[in-house]
Amino acid sequence: MKNFHINHRQADQIDVLEISGELDAHTASKLEDSLKSLIDKNKHNIIVNCNNLEYIASAGLGVFMAYIEDVRGLGGDIKLTNMNEKVYNVFDLLGFPTLYDILDDEKEAVKQFHNRDQ
Amino acid sequence: MTANHTHKLIVNASTSRLADVRKFIAEKAQNFGFDEKDVSDIRLAVDEACTNIIKHAYKYDDKQNVEILIGIDDDKLFVTLTDTGETFDPSKYSKPDLRKQMKAKQRGGVGVYLIRKLMDEVEYLKKKDHNMIRMYKNRK
Repeated sequence: MKNFHINHRQADQIDVLEISGELDAHTASKLEDSLKSLIDKNKHNIIVNCNNLEYIASAGLGVFMAYIEDVRGLGGDIKLTNMNEKVYNVFDLLGFPTLYDILDDEKEAVKQFHNRDQ
Repeated sequence: MTANHTHKLIVNASTSRLADVRKFIAEKAQNFGFDEKDVSDIRLAVDEACTNIIKHAYKYDDKQNVEILIGIDDDKLFVTLTDTGETFDPSKYSKPDLRKQMKAKQRGGVGVYLIRKLMDEVEYLKKKDHNMIRMYKNRK
């Protein structure tokens, strides 16, 4: 899966998955494993930073669809940030922006998580 | 340009080949003179169609093949994907309700919807044991 990478880091105690490359039916399982392992560790405040994501197909969106309810049910959220226009358009075609928090910048997402916890 | 300007790619039914399919489609669509936005739309639509064939028609049997043909017919670009797997019945398909799917933790089923949104015309054909999906993008 040389065309898709995930880097996991923390930003102010929030888990950030930086995803880069092409997210399709082949690479979606990699994202799924990362999300699942965070949720299994009781980490429910998750930011997916899409800054270097060049391409997404519906299999990639499906991963978010499969886990968002679990995470929200546990009081957390998956917030998506830093998408380029092309990637955003795919989310938009399916009506994701009304169901998911899609933010311009990772910092905004961190702020929202912290404001909520205050 | 005439219908002679067609290009064919045959891949085994494996999701590992999707990146090659996208590269092939994007390159040819660009050569046919389509702009960046159209090329992106066509590439995604073909990816979705190919994914559906691998997943549903062939159930991930990577010994099977998918044939992809791209060409120009008058002012339309067409892409035809052919498989010999299980036939998809478009009449049984309904528009996905994302909110409902999210609640039910369901995924998938949105590929067909995306293809229709991204392309100008989509048709499903069956010739003997061959299933075909043909999609068109009009030249602006």
